[in-house]
Amino acid sequence: MNASWTDLVGSALLGTDRRRPPASGGPHPALDPATELLDAAAIGTVSRRAGLRPAAARERPAPAAPDGRPVLPEAARRRLGLLLADRSAGGGSSGRRGTAPNLAELLPQWLAAAGRYGYAAPPALLPDLLDAARARTDLRADALALAGPRALWLAELNPEWRFALRAGVRGLEPAAGDPAAIRQLWDEGLFAERVALLTRLRGQDASAALALLRSTWTGERAEDRLMFLDSLRAGLSPADEPFLEQALTDRSRNVRATAAELLSALPGSALAARMAERARSCVSLGTGENVAGIGILVEAPYECDAAMERDGVAPHPPTGRGERAWWFGQLVEAAPLATWTARFGGRDPEEIIALPVADDWQPDLHAAWCRAAVRQRDPAWARALLGPPPAPASPVAAVGDPAKLLSILPEEERAEWVARFIATHGLSEAFQMLGVCAVPWAGPLGRAVVDALDIARDAGSYPWSFSGVMGLAERCLDPAEAERLTVLTAATEEPDDGSPGAGSYWAEAFQRLVGTLRLRAVMLAELEPPAPAAPAS
Amino acid sequence: MPASWSGTGTAEAAVWGLCAGSGSKPYRTVVDTKGPGYQCACPSRKFPCKHALGLLLLWSEAAGGAVGPAVAPDWVTEWLDSRQERTRAAAAGPAKPADPEAARRRAERRAQRVTAGVTELEQRLTDLLRGGLAGADREGYQKWDEIAARMVDAQAPGLATRVRELGAVAAGGGDWPSRLLEESALLHLLTRGYLGEQRLPGPLAATVRTRVGFTTDAAELLAGPTVRDRWLVLSQLDTSDDRLTTRRIWLHGARSGRVAMLLSFGAAGRAPELALPLGLSLDAELAFHPSARPLRAVLGESHGPAAPGPVPAGVPVGPALAAYGAALADDPWLDAWPVVLSGVVPIPGSDAGGWQLADADGQDALPIAGRGPWRLAAVSGGHPVTLFAELGHTGVRPLTAWGPDATPVPL
Repeated sequence: MNASWTDLVGSALLGTDRRRPPASGGPHPALDPATELLDAAAIGTVSRRAGLRPAAARERPAPAAPDGRPVLPEAARRRLGLLLADRSAGGGSSGRRGTAPNLAELLPQWLAAAGRYGYAAPPALLPDLLDAARARTDLRADALALAGPRALWLAELNPEWRFALRAGVRGLEPAAGDPAAIRQLWDEGLFAERVALLTRLRGQDASAALALLRSTWTGERAEDRLMFLDSLRAGLSPADEPFLEQALTDRSRNVRATAAELLSALPGSALAARMAERARSCVSLGTGENVAGIGILVEAPYECDAAMERDGVAPHPPTGRGERAWWFGQLVEAAPLATWTARFGGRDPEEIIALPVADDWQPDLHAAWCRAAVRQRDPAWARALLGPPPAPASPVAAVGDPAKLLSILPEEERAEWVARFIATHGLSEAFQMLGVCAVPWAGPLGRAVVDALDIARDAGSYPWSFSGVMGLAERCLDPAEAERLTVLTAATEEPDDGSPGAGSYWAEAFQRLVGTLRLRAVMLAELEPPAPAAPAS
Repeated sequence: MPASWSGTGTAEAAVWGLCAGSGSKPYRTVVDTKGPGYQCACPSRKFPCKHALGLLLLWSEAAGGAVGPAVAPDWVTEWLDSRQERTRAAAAGPAKPADPEAARRRAERRAQRVTAGVTELEQRLTDLLRGGLAGADREGYQKWDEIAARMVDAQAPGLATRVRELGAVAAGGGDWPSRLLEESALLHLLTRGYLGEQRLPGPLAATVRTRVGFTTDAAELLAGPTVRDRWLVLSQLDTSDDRLTTRRIWLHGARSGRVAMLLSFGAAGRAPELALPLGLSLDAELAFHPSARPLRAVLGESHGPAAPGPVPAGVPVGPALAAYGAALADDPWLDAWPVVLSGVVPIPGSDAGGWQLADADGQDALPIAGRGPWRLAAVSGGHPVTLFAELGHTGVRPLTAWGPDATPVPL
């Protein structure tokens, strides 16, 4: 702005009645000051705009590193755009979805599938992809792997995307390879980033992760120590024992308890041996007053001494539970399961569980074994404790948490057990169990879920009573099931005692299920690399 | 081929087929891919109906031979002929008004009203400057909305829009006195121009009339001279308010080097009918609205099918800015002028200033207006791109970028 323009603005602000504008040399000098001012301002405005000169360029950013990975097939590129657009439109959370598939829920699956092909994300979609990864931490690893080096280049420029530099870190591969970068992130990163780093490193080089943690252990806050300790769960090995033994004397009770729990998951550890000794002394095989024939006799501990406390036994039971049963449960939970085979004359887990237990101790003992089986990841014990799926009228679980026990079993066995469970018990208790089954669901499991949904419809209930299972089915059913499901999408006659209108809602829910399954099949097929063109002859 | 379809075929730009619906007779469906235009015997009110869309899907898989070449049956050729008839009739000129005398009187009455409105506005502007702008930033929109309503009554909608914008400028913060004076002065320039219209050269007078709010009938324009070229679709941009969806389509002529803008409208929440995919190149006639700096145009007849087009040729920053300056000399009320820039890189904003668009080699740069252009940055990755943008006095507004893979990306 030159001086005369400033004068014009000054006159305009105060009004030409108060302050005459500077002589402008405009076309109407004699007319009236206001017109004269407007004339001069018009000339000034147009000549300033028409005479704009380029600015001096600042320093240009260094170009992004090249990305040599193959580009997404065209259809897959468009699909990714749609999935990301649905996310930013607030897809997932807003109300009833009718028959339209929930695209945002398919994004994780798409990203995981695309990751297996090693494609590069189209640059134009990187901002949306980074925003998605920023909003959902569960997407980050896959999203950043797809996004590649140009996303890191962008993240350098936009503070909102800084997480990509730290979390996905300069690589998704770097970890074990770049000690300096790891050290820097460990020393300077945010808590969540440090946990992620430790977890990732633990997966690649367990002892390096332990060394990293030990290097700063004493300086960490108690809550942080607890979370860090928890990330040692993966790749736990006898090499961790000395550190964990040391952590048994930690200032924080929660840290001590977690260290004890981890040690008890190492059957060869000194703590496991101590706990086995204690547990053994409480349990014997014999004949008691209330046991027909031979059975298990329990003599729960009478006190929780300092040594027990040091080994992670919590001395104070929650309200409503007896002290001795509480201590007893913790001892059995932490004792290696192999203890019992030796204790009970070489019996296998099935035989041990079949043994009668004296004086109503059975629920406590079996529940403790369930926890031990999960903690020690022992499939034989988990299988024995689960037993066959319970009969229709009996309670859902004889003992313990079936979903946790199931997660110890091999995938195929797990799916089969849940399928049989659903066939007898329906879906109302199955959500947790379905959640631990491998995706896509095995054939028999998928069929059991669909049959159960069909039965629920015939029973006249509303589909949203099953919305959790429906949502899981949309994401986890094998897309090949879609054709078999099509017959269910027609509206049916409602049973007389059914809920009004339920039939059409069910038809809608099944349409969405089928639509989602088809969409999943299509979107996975779109990722197939195009067949290489025949070489020109 | 799904069982519901029979008698499908394609010849030149037409695709047709019979689709078995719920009725006893199959629906006759035909699509003119050149228009595009659709005709179907079904009662659907959706347009195009699902049968036409299904037919196009079958046709698009034509590599597999789903719809093969055939001789068009009579019902197809009849429809195509009637379509051509209509196009020709439209091109031949508008139907003459029933009563030329009445039309002349209507035009005269409108001219009187507009003149009265323009005179009133000029008075308001000088009153405003006489009393001073101070305090205008706290007065709110009401005063401006009232003046705008007067301009609507005076049948000068172009002035009404500009007056409403004055309200926004005043309330916009920053250096509002300077901007308010600029916009008031340009509005003053327009009112003076309209009142002295007879003394202006023809094209400039046409520009002034358009800016005030007079429109020209599309059919009338198409009856006049047209420009045939291979037009590349540079951008298609929808904006909407609560009443209207406005679509702007920018075209670039390969031979003439001219840029044209097509405007189309849809009811709120609905897409305007005219749709030209980004990157398409079509051999077509355009008729430009008369102006000292013609830009807005209407689409006339197309010759042959459209095909994906090339990356447009562009210029560096300096010449682009010069083009804006030259356009402004013809039409001082231009907010921005469309330009294609080539070999440019976006430079991220920093403490030293906002985003810039710079020549890849050279020192010239322009400020980038608006929010952070992250998609442009992502496409560029620090490498030069070709960019279609609107260039105005506040900087460039990026609309479409072509990266190294030559695919147009809407920004």
